[in-house]
Amino acid sequence: MRTARIALMPLAAVMVAVDLVLIFAWVPTEQVMGIVQRIFYLHVPLAITGFVAFFLVAGASAVYLIRKNPRWDRLAFSAGEVGVVMMTLAIITGALWAKPVWGVWWVWDAQLTTTFILWVIYVGYLMVRAYAPTNERGRRWAAVVGIVGAVDIPLIYVAAELWRTLHPDKVIGPAADESSLESAMALTLLFSMLTFLVLFTWLLTERLALRRAEEALAALRAGEC
Amino acid sequence: MRQSLRAAWAIYRKDLRVELRTRETVGSVLVFAVVTAFIFNFAFDPSPQVLGLVAPGIVWVAYVFTGMLGLNRTFQLERDRGTLELLLLAPAGREAIYWGKLGGALTVMLVVEALMAPVFLFLYDLSLFSPLLAATAVLATVGFGAVGTLFAAIAVHTRSREVLLPVLFLPLAMPVIVGAVGATTALLGGGGLAQVNPWFQLMAAFDLATLMVCSWAFEHVLEE
Repeated sequence: MRTARIALMPLAAVMVAVDLVLIFAWVPTEQVMGIVQRIFYLHVPLAITGFVAFFLVAGASAVYLIRKNPRWDRLAFSAGEVGVVMMTLAIITGALWAKPVWGVWWVWDAQLTTTFILWVIYVGYLMVRAYAPTNERGRRWAAVVGIVGAVDIPLIYVAAELWRTLHPDKVIGPAADESSLESAMALTLLFSMLTFLVLFTWLLTERLALRRAEEALAALRAGEC
Repeated sequence: MRQSLRAAWAIYRKDLRVELRTRETVGSVLVFAVVTAFIFNFAFDPSPQVLGLVAPGIVWVAYVFTGMLGLNRTFQLERDRGTLELLLLAPAGREAIYWGKLGGALTVMLVVEALMAPVFLFLYDLSLFSPLLAATAVLATVGFGAVGTLFAAIAVHTRSREVLLPVLFLPLAMPVIVGAVGATTALLGGGGLAQVNPWFQLMAAFDLATLMVCSWAFEHVLEE
């Protein structure tokens, strides 16, 4: 675990550096949208890592409720925290991209609505832990929120889709005609996704280590008095 | 199974009896609903044309907010009198508590919603009396109750329960709110069963999924 953490940091650093060169110097500029389209190589990987993080939260929460082993709770909590950061950045980069291209910061289509609600649910997940009277209850309650949230996500997507299709005048929608990406662009996107997954894994291991230290400290403090 | 059902029924009857004797929840929640409906008049200034657009929103925002108020109270009384611990000692599964409490909350919410229908008629000349609208209200309210009972049990033990319940409840209840508003829009616009069918399916799917997951998860919320 510790060696993985130490090895991941330089790997993530090198990959982020290469990724930035690819995005800002190497990949050709998209012709229709212009320079702003380069945010795409950050936005998509951020959103995907955000979703991966939330699947981890739900999975680890379910195992925690069944096994009651705090290790799974540490994983769920750390993934939740890093996931909220990734998702926040994905929403911000998305808005920055949408404004020049669509003319608005935000549209209520199914993908954006689902992303937004998912983000709110997991902010609630972190709030439950913070407000719980004891740590043990906070863990159980947060796990319940994580699981119910994950079950709800497909329904939220369907609801947002129904809402949009039955209110057709509101549709601006994302660039629906996904023309096949040029190979340099596809390569950059692929590399960027890998970079963000490595970065996410590194941040997750760091957060896990910190969490373990926090819990060890709390246990020592409890022993003192 | 049968024992569990009997325990749930007993809890439901207890909650109903407490409510019938005090009439506290229905009374206070109903006043809140009337005040909410009244405030919308100044938010939208609904002339007959505007009303056609905003009426479903007015009705459902009022119902959702009053529903949350009612849900907050389902466990508050137990907590204030320290009877929740006694309920946990009862020889019945935790699931029985969930179903009993859910029944109590649903009854209160549906009674308040029914009593609000004439108020909407009076204030906005809005007629909500139709079997399909009643079905919409039942489907939506079951969804609110399924999620809300679970989160009310969590929120009641926290320092900031007034904030935590809406923060958890509103995003998760979004599909059923969308379904209720969609169905109401279709029905008030003169639509029939064919127009509301997709919304009914959405709400029914939500009700089933959340009832299953929340009744299972409830056990982990109250565990001591």
